[in-house]
Formats: sequence, structure tokens, C-alpha cells
Amino acid sequence: MVERSIRVERQWSWRTFLFQWEWLLVLIFIAVNVVNSTLSPYYFTADTFLQTPMTFLDMSFLVLPMTMVIILGNIDISVGSTVALSAVVMAVAYNAGLPMVLAVVLCLLVASACGFLNGLLMTKFKELSSVIVTLATMIIYRGIAYVILQDQAAGKFPKWYSALGWGSIGKVPLILIVFAVCAVVFGLLLHKTSFGRKIYGMGSNLTASRYSGVNTDSIIVIVSVLTGLMAGFTALFLTSRMGSTRPNVAQGYELSVIAMVVLGGVSTSGGKGRIAGPLLAIFIIGFLNYGLGLVNVQAQVLLIIVGLLLILSVLVLNVRFGGRYKRSVPGAAKKLATQEHPSEKSP
Amino acid sequence: MRRSASFTESFRELGLLVFIIVICAIFQIRNRNFLTLENIQDLLTNTAILSIMSVGMMMVILTRGIDLSVGSTVAIAGMVSALTVQFFRGISPVVSVVEAVAVGTVVGVLNGLLVARFNVLPIIATLGTMNVIRGLTYVVSGGAWVSSYQMSRGFKEIATGELLGVSNPIIMAVVINVLFFYFINHMRTGRQIYAVGSNPEAADISGIPRRRIVWLVYTLMGALSGLGGVIWVAKFASAQSDTATGFELSVIAATVLGGVSIAGGSGKVSGLILGTILLGILNNALPLINVSPFWQQAIQGVVILAAVLTNVLVKRNNQRFALRRRAI
Repeated sequence: MVERSIRVERQWSWRTFLFQWEWLLVLIFIAVNVVNSTLSPYYFTADTFLQTPMTFLDMSFLVLPMTMVIILGNIDISVGSTVALSAVVMAVAYNAGLPMVLAVVLCLLVASACGFLNGLLMTKFKELSSVIVTLATMIIYRGIAYVILQDQAAGKFPKWYSALGWGSIGKVPLILIVFAVCAVVFGLLLHKTSFGRKIYGMGSNLTASRYSGVNTDSIIVIVSVLTGLMAGFTALFLTSRMGSTRPNVAQGYELSVIAMVVLGGVSTSGGKGRIAGPLLAIFIIGFLNYGLGLVNVQAQVLLIIVGLLLILSVLVLNVRFGGRYKRSVPGAAKKLATQEHPSEKSP
Repeated sequence: MRRSASFTESFRELGLLVFIIVICAIFQIRNRNFLTLENIQDLLTNTAILSIMSVGMMMVILTRGIDLSVGSTVAIAGMVSALTVQFFRGISPVVSVVEAVAVGTVVGVLNGLLVARFNVLPIIATLGTMNVIRGLTYVVSGGAWVSSYQMSRGFKEIATGELLGVSNPIIMAVVINVLFFYFINHMRTGRQIYAVGSNPEAADISGIPRRRIVWLVYTLMGALSGLGGVIWVAKFASAQSDTATGFELSVIAATVLGGVSIAGGSGKVSGLILGTILLGILNNALPLINVSPFWQQAIQGVVILAAVLTNVLVKRNNQRFALRRRAI
């Protein structure tokens, strides 16, 4: 009889501590910055590190809830359209005479409603994968934005509103502070609450979670609403920085956001990953972008680099941390296939 | 079980057909010129690329995959063939087509390599290649366009030419659909695609080369996107780096509208053709009845969502009946 011990906490060891995806990301981040500072003598200052995030952080609000979505084993490709719709509604409402503060609230409400609808569809129609649901709503939300604003731009916001995206407290940009607060909140939600543990549980085994009494539907809806809400934040900061909005803003955001989450080591098969990885990925891609801008590399080259990084990171994760099939399909199949059937033994 | 499944399929195809007829009737009432031969020819010509590529997407989705890189593949295949024509004007259109298909095939092989060999989740792998290929298109073209006057007449006739009064794209689409109808339904490899999609473990155990099938499916998808690319560029007589941005979503939408289940293993070419035609009508015909083009996307989205949800509801209903039948 083999003695079995059930260890709840995995034993801490240097090996497991050092072989973490996040350390690799830290190394990449350092490498990016070393390269950047060789490109420009003015690069390596505190100002750079405080001011640069302004240029890429508005999209990053979406990374936080998308991490949860992907840990759940779902995917949400409607976020870009949600940003566009809520920004357009806000701008049109403001231009129609609504006070700006209320318009901002409306923006967040519309975005949350979009998320809520996604969640509702996903839970009421479980047969449908999240890709299909959000593909449809993605087209619909963007479509509504076009119906509302056609091919025009809306803007002329009050002065304080543009300070939202461009302003700073002391030397720290406002957007960085808001983002840091959001990141901490999401980190705590995911790692320190039962809500977060349930997300991991559902990502590893949805059916088991349901049978052990987790209200899976409500968690999916809550995560969807959070996704919408963060899309609203993105809309706020994006519009504030651009000064106006059009129905075609935030096109393709969903793909960049998913890329960052995956680069951050979150497993697309669900149940694995931490918030720290995607956070690092945001800064890696952001600073990479900034550095390439310093040497006048075309923005399109960045597409190639991000794409390659995405593919490579998934490849490395698959090899190092076990592929998506390793646990399930071929291994099990081979074992089944090679197992001798008991009845075959008898003559 | 089998009977109920085929019942659902034929029901949804019937539903799609009725929906298409109703839409056509409404269009015809609003605009007398809708159902003229010329207009139908225009409509089908504009839908041909979508149709060709949705056949490939259907096979990919049958294996539980998805390919987001097809829009970029269209762009790079079109760009490469257009650049070649720009520098070697005398080149035969056949060579251009072969070249574009070859470029597409290379992209498809890469996608297949990632998905089948390295077990990368299809949506992630093709998301990556989509970015890489789009970026490469910019690099290859240097951000410049290839315009109409730089293309030879023969090249443009790939899309504008006619055979017996039917435009080339329609002929190509019909040929591709017939070919793949035969391939998917009557050839062993084609049937194996369904097997892999509906139950990968069972497919493995019964000796179907699962990985090779998946690889093949992405390669075919790439090749068809390449073909779509050269038709696209010849049709619009301009090759740009941002050609067909977001086209992957239209292709996926047409496929899903045609009843191909994203969970893999179910879907038919006949349904697919109906789905493509419906999306083609929504894409091209709304301006004819004075619907503002700005409504187009919203209407499209609602129709797709409605189609998908109806499908689920019909299936649920069906299953309930099947259970009741079995109980008695």
C-alpha cells in the first residue's frame, strides 16, 4: 500500500520559484529597455518611465478582465466594439446637452450593459461558444455605433475631461494611477477572494465547479460585466486623449489585448495564469512600441514582432509547461489504444 | 439520433432558404430592379470570394479550429501577385493565380504547423500569424499601393472576364464548391475531417491521422485564401497593404450562418452556400433598397445572432422530442 499524502500547499522551492513565466517576462522587459536606452541617450530617465505609459495604457484596462475571461476558458472579441459604442454614446449624449459627468456615467453604463448582454447570451445559450456569441455582438455593437454617428466624429469636450487622459498628479500621469488602482483591485479579486478561486475552478473544470455548488452562471455574468466596465474605462481615456471619437475607434483592440494576456502566460485552455504576467506583457509591448518609434521603425513591423512574440510565447509555454493536448487527447488516446483489453486475453 | 440530427440540419437549411426568399421578396417589392439577371450576376460576383473562402473555413471549423489569418492571407497573396505583375507585365494570368495560391498555401502550412504539430490553440496561433502576415504585407509593399494602371489587362480579367456570359469569379466559386462538396462528402479524407472534429480521441484510436488532417485543413484554407486574394486584387484593380482587413470575420460569419457548428463535426456544404448567399445579399443589396450603408453592419450582426440562437433553440426542441420518443 502506497502511503498517500494530500498536500494543500505546494512546497516552496527555489526551482519552482525561478522557473516561472513571469521571470522570463521580466528579463524580456529589461532587454527591451536596455535596447531602447542604447537607441537614444535621453531614454533612460525617470520621466520616460512615467510619461511613456500614457501612450499605451488606455487599451490596457481591457487586459485585466480579459485575463479573467481567458482563465475561465472563454474569450471575448467584442471588447473593441464595446469601447467604440460606449465612446460614441457618451460623445453624442454630451453634444445633445447632457452634462459631461452624466455622460461619463452613461458611457460606463452602456459599456457594462454590453458586457451584461454578452454574459446573458453565454449563460442562456451554453451550447454556443463564447467566440460565436462575442463575434455576433462585436458586429452588432460596432454596427450600432455606426448607426448613431455614421461616418462623423463627435467631440468638443470640456477642458477638465481632456485632463483625464493627459493630466498628471505631480509627475505621475493620472491614467497610470487609475490603472494601478484597477490592477490592484483585479489582482486582489483574482488571487485573494473566493470569487477568484471560483474563476480558476471553473476554468479547470466547469462541470465539477457547478456540481460543487458554484453559481457558475452568475460568475460568468459578473466577469462579463467587469469586462464591459473596463471597456468603458478604456473608452473614457481613449476619447479624452484623442479629443473626439468616431465609430471606428478601438478597431482590433480585442486582438492586441488577447495577445498581451497570452504573452503574459495565461493558458488559453483555462484555469492557469496569474495577473502579474499580463501586466508585465502590457509594459513589454508598450515600451517595445515606444522604442521602435524612437528609431522610426514602421508601426507595421511591430505587428510582426507582437505576432511572433505571441506565437513564440505559446510555443515555449506548451513545451515547458505542458501543452494543451498533453493532459487530454493523444496521451489518453494512446494509453487507451495500447491497453490490452481484458477480454482479448482469454483464449 | 441520426434521424433527428439530419432533421435539424434540413430544418435549418429550409429555414435559411425561406429567410432568403422572404428577404428577396421584400427587396423586390422595394426595388423592381433587384431580381434582374444583371443584378443577380453582380451580387454573386461580389459574393464569390466569400463563398470560396468559406468552404475552407468550414473545413477548419469542422475540426474545431478557427482561422483568423485569412484576411491577412488575402492581402499578402494579392499583394505578391500584383507586385509580380507590376514588374513582369507580360506574365500570364494563370501564373498569377498559381502564385497567389502558392503564397496562401505557405501561410496555411505555417498555421497547420502551429496548430497540428505544436498544439497551439487555433485562435491564438492564427491571431499571431494574422499579425505577422499583415506586417509582412506592409514590408513587402513598402506601404505603397499597386494601382490599376500598373496591372496588365490579363491580370484584371481574372476577376472581370467572362465565360459564356458568366463572370469568372462565379465560375471559380462554383467549381470550388462542387470540388469540395465531392471531397468532403465522398472521399475518405473528407469524411475523416468530420471524424476528427466530432471526436478527436475516437479518431485517434481508429487510426485516423488526426494531426495530418488538421494540417491539411489549414493548408487548404490558406490555398483558398490565396485564390481569394488574387481575385480580390484583380476585381478592385488595386492592391493595398490593408486589403481585406476584418474579412476573416465575414468569412466566419458566413460559415456560422450556414449552420457549421463551431463545436466541430457538423455542417454541410449545402447549408454553407445558403449562408454565404444570405450574407452576400446583406452585404451588397441593402443600398439597393435605400437602407443607409451605416445600418448594414448592425443588421448583419442581428441576423447572425438570430440565426445562431434559432439554431440552438431548434436543436433543444428537437432533443426534447427525441427524448420523449425514446421514453415511449
